[in-house]
Amino acid sequence: MNLIVTLIPLFPLLGFLILGLGFRHIPKKLTSFIGPGTILISFILSLIVLINIHQFTSSPVHQLFTWISFGNLNIPFAFLIDPLSCLMLLIVTGVGFIIHVYSIGYMHEDQGYNRFFSYMNLFVFSMLLLVMGANYVIMFIGWEGVGLCSYLLIGFWFRNQEFNNAAKKAFIMNRIGDLGFLLGMFLLFITFNSLNYNDIFIQAKNHPVGSGVIIAITLLLFVGAVGKSAQIPLYTWLPDAMAGPTPVSALIHAATMVTAGVYMVARSNILYVLAPPTMLIIGITGMATLLLAGIIAVYQNDIKKILAYSTISQLGYMFVALSFGAFSAAMFHLTTHAFFKALLFLAAGSIIHALGGEQDIRKMGGLKHSMPKTFWTFLIATLAISGIPPLSGFFSKDDILTNILTHSVTFWVFAMLGVMLTAFYMFRLFFLAFWGKFRGTVEKHDNLHESSSMMTIPLIILAVLSAMGGFINIPLIFNGTERLNSFLSPVFADSSSFIHRNYRFTDAYNEVLIMAVPLVFSAIMIILALQRFYIDNKIMNDKIVTGNFFSNLIYRRFYIDEIYDFLFVRPFLWLSKIFYNVVELKFIDRGVNGIGTLVVRMGNTIRYIQTGHVGFYLFIMVFGIIAILLLNILIF
Amino acid sequence: MQTITQNLQIIPLNYYLYFCSALFSIGVIGVLIKRNALVILMSIELMINSINLLLAAFSAYNNDPAGQIFVFFIMVVAAAEVAIGLAIIVVIFRTTNSLDIDVLNKLKW
Repeated sequence: MNLIVTLIPLFPLLGFLILGLGFRHIPKKLTSFIGPGTILISFILSLIVLINIHQFTSSPVHQLFTWISFGNLNIPFAFLIDPLSCLMLLIVTGVGFIIHVYSIGYMHEDQGYNRFFSYMNLFVFSMLLLVMGANYVIMFIGWEGVGLCSYLLIGFWFRNQEFNNAAKKAFIMNRIGDLGFLLGMFLLFITFNSLNYNDIFIQAKNHPVGSGVIIAITLLLFVGAVGKSAQIPLYTWLPDAMAGPTPVSALIHAATMVTAGVYMVARSNILYVLAPPTMLIIGITGMATLLLAGIIAVYQNDIKKILAYSTISQLGYMFVALSFGAFSAAMFHLTTHAFFKALLFLAAGSIIHALGGEQDIRKMGGLKHSMPKTFWTFLIATLAISGIPPLSGFFSKDDILTNILTHSVTFWVFAMLGVMLTAFYMFRLFFLAFWGKFRGTVEKHDNLHESSSMMTIPLIILAVLSAMGGFINIPLIFNGTERLNSFLSPVFADSSSFIHRNYRFTDAYNEVLIMAVPLVFSAIMIILALQRFYIDNKIMNDKIVTGNFFSNLIYRRFYIDEIYDFLFVRPFLWLSKIFYNVVELKFIDRGVNGIGTLVVRMGNTIRYIQTGHVGFYLFIMVFGIIAILLLNILIF
Repeated sequence: MQTITQNLQIIPLNYYLYFCSALFSIGVIGVLIKRNALVILMSIELMINSINLLLAAFSAYNNDPAGQIFVFFIMVVAAAEVAIGLAIIVVIFRTTNSLDIDVLNKLKW
């Protein structure tokens, strides 16, 4: 069994090495097997681990080798297998495999086909390290690795300078978060003398609630999560990251990398429940992100940007859930979100492929006739994200909303706003893209076709998962068994005693009522969207939007990118110019060149000793001998 | 043997020292000042001879034959050196048709 655990990340690593080293020589057909094949093997092994999960409860840590052992510092290269990491393994390898298969069809004509799959395999390897690590250092290796792969894959079509800029932006913003993560790790080591999860979590229980050190540690780790999971203020990289190929957006920026922050907080749950101020900050940040991204998404016209802001918004949801101690609700929403968001992105990719690269929804319309499979799967995903039963999104959102309401009514009201916004902008996208009349050019209309089965079968699989995925955690009032909650409960058992609920639902009637409220509001928003975008056909062209002050503000995404540019990028570039013109040119260049000039000048002076006159040489010889003899007498 | 060294030791050692120093200095000055290559060689020979004399003197006054054996070695080396030196001077004369060492100043900056 330990061998299987070692093999799970090994296969994607092998895939990366083989495809990365031989990308000029390996034929495309072989890559189509190696790329997804390694992920499939990892998925099957993860299933085996799931089936045998009870074997790991006594010895969850599997050490491969002693990595760093230096005095007090002992960091083994070890994997931790418990229900939480098992769930993440299945999501990463399962959804990853589906997206790899989709990419075979999507990237088929691309020149960098082999390079794409090698980067994707490297990404899956890094993500597996992240979720399987038994200490914060292994997690950090994976953390950095997924950031790197994000850069490589966003800037995949590297000949376009704008895409390169987007890739740099993603990587640099990630790095800012990583600084917080590193500082958190340093504090962790100083406080607990170890970076292994088990050591830290056992020792943490001895700390009182609200101790300053734990607050500092959790805040710093959360800064890392803010960078990785695109919360305020480090979220602006994610909409720009849509410059990469659509499978990349699906895998990295919907299903896996952005969920790394949520996983990290869930893993460190005992530390977070010991720091209520940090939980409050997480809650406020998550809620603000949820609402801001939702508002911006309403006015976007690029299909991928709408989905990007939707991802940011849903991540805000997960962080709000985490901030109230509803860890398994957050993980449940992470799982269902992976399904329907990946589906949304892949379906968007299908549309973009069919329209020959068009991403503006104002130029789409009426696609339901020409792309039926994409239409139905997209509908299922949109219903899921809006929280319509019995699809998966309903159960996970409801879990979160109920948990929020038991702690704070204010937050629940804001979360309801978020639910309404989600339903509105998603159905706006749905109606504008698929219903009505086609608004593009005539030749694009003639080229409309449903995608190949290599691309539609993954859509169908994900649609089934989005529809049925909620049944893994049916709440008790529906006579469900809450399988996922009980599966994950050993991981969150220690922290559950610290979470205090303000309200408790005394009977099932109240609970059903609470569940009905978001449903009713979502339905109202869907009907509003139907009215506005299908029946009235109000396409927002630029004149309408920029006329009104508020709509212009939202359409320009609150000018946040421009503010960042003014506050951070320009001073930095100015400083960089000064460093170049003054320090580099005037001091360093002069110094280094000066040494060279010095040597040349010395040579120019000393060469006159070589006069060529033999008598002079003889004289110097005699003089030298006398000098040595004199020195000899003087010293000795 | 004893009587020869005893007879030799009548002359104080200092005289040999002064004499050889004078000879050596004349040799050094000759090397530095003279421009004729052959004269420079002769000055070098003069220096060698002065050293030989000094070595022999020390050997006689300390009753140690090692000094005189060393003189043999020095004579061999001197002979070889003169042979090569003269060969080089012959070649130089053939190329430059002069014995003046100031002619050989081409290997300069």
